[in-house]
Amino acid sequence: MPVIAVKDLSKVFGKNIKQSLKLLDEGKKKDEILKETGDTVGVNRASFEVEAGEIFVIMGLSGSGKSTLIRLINRLIEPTEGSVTIDGENLATMNKDDLRRVRREKLSMVFQKFGLFPFRTILENAEYGLEVQGMPKQEREEKAKKALDLVGLGNYVNQYPEQLSGGMQQRVGLARALANDPEVLLMDEAFSALDPLIRKDMQDELLELQQSMQKTIIFITHDLDEALRIGDRIALMKDGSIVQIGTPEEILVNPANDYVERFVEDVDRSKVLTAENIMKRPETINIEKHGPRVALERMAEEGISSIYVTDSKRNLKGYVTADDASAARKKEIRDLKEILKTNVPTVERDKPMQEIFELIYDSPVPIPVVDNGKLVGIIIRGSVLAALAGESEVLNNV
Amino acid sequence: MFDFIPQIPLADWVDAATNFITSTFSFVFNPIRNQFGDFMSWTASQLSAIPPFVIVILVAVCAFFITGKRIGLAAFSVVGLILIDNQGLWDQLMSTFTLVIIASLLSIIIGVPVGILMSKSKTAEAIILPILDFMQTMPAFVYLIPAVAFFSIGMVPGVFASLIFATPPTVRFTNLGIRQVSTELVEAAEAFGSTGSQRLFKVELPMAKKTIMAGINQTVMLSLSMVVIASMIGAPGLGRPVLSALQRAQAGPGFVAGLSIVILAIIMDRFTQNIYKK
Ligand SMILES: Nc1ncnc2c1ncn2[C@@H]1O[C@H](COP(=O)(O)OP(=O)(O)O)[C@@H](O)[C@H]1O
Ligand SMILES: [Mg+2]
Repeated sequence: MPVIAVKDLSKVFGKNIKQSLKLLDEGKKKDEILKETGDTVGVNRASFEVEAGEIFVIMGLSGSGKSTLIRLINRLIEPTEGSVTIDGENLATMNKDDLRRVRREKLSMVFQKFGLFPFRTILENAEYGLEVQGMPKQEREEKAKKALDLVGLGNYVNQYPEQLSGGMQQRVGLARALANDPEVLLMDEAFSALDPLIRKDMQDELLELQQSMQKTIIFITHDLDEALRIGDRIALMKDGSIVQIGTPEEILVNPANDYVERFVEDVDRSKVLTAENIMKRPETINIEKHGPRVALERMAEEGISSIYVTDSKRNLKGYVTADDASAARKKEIRDLKEILKTNVPTVERDKPMQEIFELIYDSPVPIPVVDNGKLVGIIIRGSVLAALAGESEVLNNV
Repeated sequence: MFDFIPQIPLADWVDAATNFITSTFSFVFNPIRNQFGDFMSWTASQLSAIPPFVIVILVAVCAFFITGKRIGLAAFSVVGLILIDNQGLWDQLMSTFTLVIIASLLSIIIGVPVGILMSKSKTAEAIILPILDFMQTMPAFVYLIPAVAFFSIGMVPGVFASLIFATPPTVRFTNLGIRQVSTELVEAAEAFGSTGSQRLFKVELPMAKKTIMAGINQTVMLSLSMVVIASMIGAPGLGRPVLSALQRAQAGPGFVAGLSIVILAIIMDRFTQNIYKK
């Protein structure tokens, strides 16, 4: 069962909400509705489910409705329509007391500009969520300290936020959210205010924490690289609507439409593409049936200078080069085994392209992709380069 | 011009309203006048009974610490207060001080909650803002008239007039300070499940503190100016020698009394400023 289920969730800002909703029903776009009614569509019929332990990323350009959507989830913004269900309870319709209870026990939020209280110490900031629950001082201090230790700030408890760097301040924000031990973490562009290096560190740290915490995280970003790095699944937003939901790979390899494609265009693909996405069908010969002669013919046909050798079950045995094969033919050698070269690095289907790039650089032959020892494809240098350059023709749709 | 419109008896109406309020609520006004008046006179006389040098030292020590252990304000206070004593105006100083403190305290007690109410409700803001404008732009003297009608003469009507005149800045700045708290902090308070009062006391008021204190500083200064004017309706204090010097065209005594007021104003201003800078 999903932890959070969002169903047909909409938010219209303005005064002619009924009319605007009707126009949305008719399939009118955000800018048309703005023209006709003066209302701004913040979020338009968003639906998705987030499973326990998942990092669900919501991505989109500025103004696409990400912040509105995440605030509809903990009802900092009142939904116009639709439901947000957490553990079977509908947040959108519950009364104030229940809402407060859910916020205290199940949902915590991390803010873009950290949202720390400047007049409270780091410890007091981390305690806030527990304090409003009325937890006794000693107990909440203990929990807050633990959370601060978790993010590596155990030694800063008595400092004030302004004394800390941006990255450290956001760690406090994270600790404050974790101190409650919530089921769900809502993170609105939590790392966007940080400079790039610190940002990478924070992403790594979040992933590392997530290994042990297994929280359900809804993470917002406008940065595709970030989304690809940390997201288990990504939802892409445009003009208030979700246009595609999928794993990082699905989004990259099968953009649902032009908008997604344009978004995806300038991403550094080497980070998410794997061997499988760029491999080609291999030319092979069978060690049990063929000799150097057939090998030479095949290579001549395909215009290649080496060929991979398998057995009848397609288990990879090695490769032979054209030079070795023609020398063998002259010497009347019949058995491929005598000229078989076996010192070849292999990769699995899910090897990230970045690492393949290093291998292929000093390999004289294409890199074989194997699955349980069976040859399933080869990667040539040209397709790696093309994929890096963003040419989608070289990509296999998976 | 416009002779065809008969004169509207606005003044008569206000008179009637004032008379009505005076007679109807005399059961409220009279005890206030008596009890509260007695309390203030008593406070002023207690203060006057303290030997001046004790007060001078006390003020100097407070000034020293409140300004972050700097000597400036402390030195100024010592010289200024001794000068006032030297001019024979010590008792008047104590009366004025009592009036200002009590008037300011009342202004704050009323002003801060009203400001909070305003910050929480657009309707309240829309209603209260024009009233504040009215209260502040009406010449201060005008308030003395109903004050006298309600409370006769003396300290109590002075405090009443001062309340009307000096409360607006505290209200305004409290409202402003709370509305200025960044959305993200308010959202943080809400997102972690704060109740309304937790949000107010744990986040909004601490964040608005400096702004509110700036309003209180203005309130104290306005109270002081009103309390001086209130000598016209018999409030004791430093305003009296100014008034009598004015009536007799005596520049010297008038200047001395005026200077004493300025000294008190500077000391009170710096004190309240330094409290909110912290
Ligand atoms: N309080 C509001 N009142 C009116 N319009 C709003 C409000 N908040 C957001 N919007 C509008 O809703 C749209 C989505 O905004 P937002 O969710 O902040 O986008 P993002 O976080 O993706 O940048 C924008 O067009 C924005 O102008
Ligand atoms: Mg945003």
